[in-house]
Amino acid sequence: MTDKRELLDLLLENARYSTEDLSRMTDLSEEEVVSTIETLEDEGIIRGYQAVVDWHRVKEEHIRAEVELNVTLDRDTGYDDIAERLARFPEVTTLQLVSGDYDFHLEVEGDSLQEVSNFISEKVARAPEITQTVTHYVMETYKDRGIEFEDGHDDDRLSISP
Amino acid sequence: MNLSDRVERVPPSGIRKFFELAEEMDDVISLGVGEPDFSAPWAAREAAIQSLERGRTSYTANRGMRELREAISDHVAARYDLDYDPDDEILVTTGVSEGVDVAMRALVDPGDTVAVPQPSYISYAPGVIFADGDPLPVPTREADDFKLTYERLEASGAADAEVLITCYPNNPTGAVMTESELEPVAEFAREHDLTVISDEIYADLSYGFDHTSIATLPGMRERTVVFNGFSKAYAMTGLRLGYAMAPPEAIAGMNRIHQYSMLSAPTTAQHAALEALRSCDDEVEEMVATYNRRRNLVLSRFEEMGIDCFEAKGAFYVFPEVPGADAERFAEDLLHEQGVAVVPGDVFGEGGEGHLRVSYATGTQDLKEAMDRIEAFL
Repeated sequence: MTDKRELLDLLLENARYSTEDLSRMTDLSEEEVVSTIETLEDEGIIRGYQAVVDWHRVKEEHIRAEVELNVTLDRDTGYDDIAERLARFPEVTTLQLVSGDYDFHLEVEGDSLQEVSNFISEKVARAPEITQTVTHYVMETYKDRGIEFEDGHDDDRLSISP
Repeated sequence: MNLSDRVERVPPSGIRKFFELAEEMDDVISLGVGEPDFSAPWAAREAAIQSLERGRTSYTANRGMRELREAISDHVAARYDLDYDPDDEILVTTGVSEGVDVAMRALVDPGDTVAVPQPSYISYAPGVIFADGDPLPVPTREADDFKLTYERLEASGAADAEVLITCYPNNPTGAVMTESELEPVAEFAREHDLTVISDEIYADLSYGFDHTSIATLPGMRERTVVFNGFSKAYAMTGLRLGYAMAPPEAIAGMNRIHQYSMLSAPTTAQHAALEALRSCDDEVEEMVATYNRRRNLVLSRFEEMGIDCFEAKGAFYVFPEVPGADAERFAEDLLHEQGVAVVPGDVFGEGGEGHLRVSYATGTQDLKEAMDRIEAFL
């Protein structure tokens, strides 16, 4: 495994590991950890660091919707052009071109059902290239970006064993 | 009711006391566990479920499912250069523990001496006693990196023993032995006509080099019973599945006891194990990489704390020296004051005094927290 890949795996596990701990866990010195991460950032491989939030535990409403989008292309408009426009909306947290029954997969987030519905119907669905939207509201999240949301992971092993 | 002398001869396990102490307390981070914190790979679990759904709940052949023995034979050939015939040189057992017990009883006559290196897994010496043999401690020392040496064997009187037990990578020290380090041990066994019981359950958990089985050394295959199993590398401790590999006469002898006591290893576990061998290499590789990172973390934290810690290269334990040398006291105080459970090295026998067994088979966050608490305790 390359140093870059090893650091990526560790940061995916926990982006808040300290440089010190990353160095302890790998064969890299602290300086090498810092410079490798800088390189990963400069090369655009690491695009950012975010928390994985269990919104159910936050005492405010938070709505997430998965939206399937179909589009039509013409001579002047390609997928990238449509994507560029959609990506500008802060409500769109994920935007991917996918294979299969529809073209784009969007994740849209907002503070209320109405906010998200309005955004999809007024901002997304009205774009001339978009022919169809199918919206799925997220009802429960069990796992997000590799992190399971189960309540407390109980270690049921005996506290001392051979 | 009168208990047999052999039961009376075996004291309760030293681990028990710490288990009871730790169980009484809340908010304990346990570094005392000798089992993986992962679950068995999903494919293996699914195979177990499927085997139940299809009603495969009968006994298997005493020696284990033929298919599984074939898969084991292929696996050890590819990985450890071991060549055993699935027909008459492999016995599937209910964990290595049952296997070692059966091997002792098959190989040891009353009064025979069995050389048991120490520190080592807590069941070996009692296993010898249950077979009416006499365990002979062969202490290993940190100065020798807890490795067995020709000189140590000689000095402890192992020349007169009938059987020698080896366990590398080692529980509790994490010590490993390379081919060139094993050679003098093999030489000793050949010279003094010792049978070797080699417990290699941690073989897959070797960091930075490939495991060598003592049975691959010249003249050793015919005098060695090799053990391996699924508990550690495949995180299947509760499924209780191990295997013994030895020449036909040894396997036949062991099977004679196994067929009357255990009959056969659990069928569900055998199906899980077969699937584990067939399709779970990637998961094992990932677990091993994770253990290695945690090992690095723990070793480096002990170093920063100024605690002398032997650089374990296998299993999932490190074996630091205790400041002040009274390991039992240290472990008890650490548990009471900081809620961190570790096992004092003494319980693993002579040579373990003044050390702690610290398992890193625990999630990285908890492990970090435990190391912080140990630092605060010092």
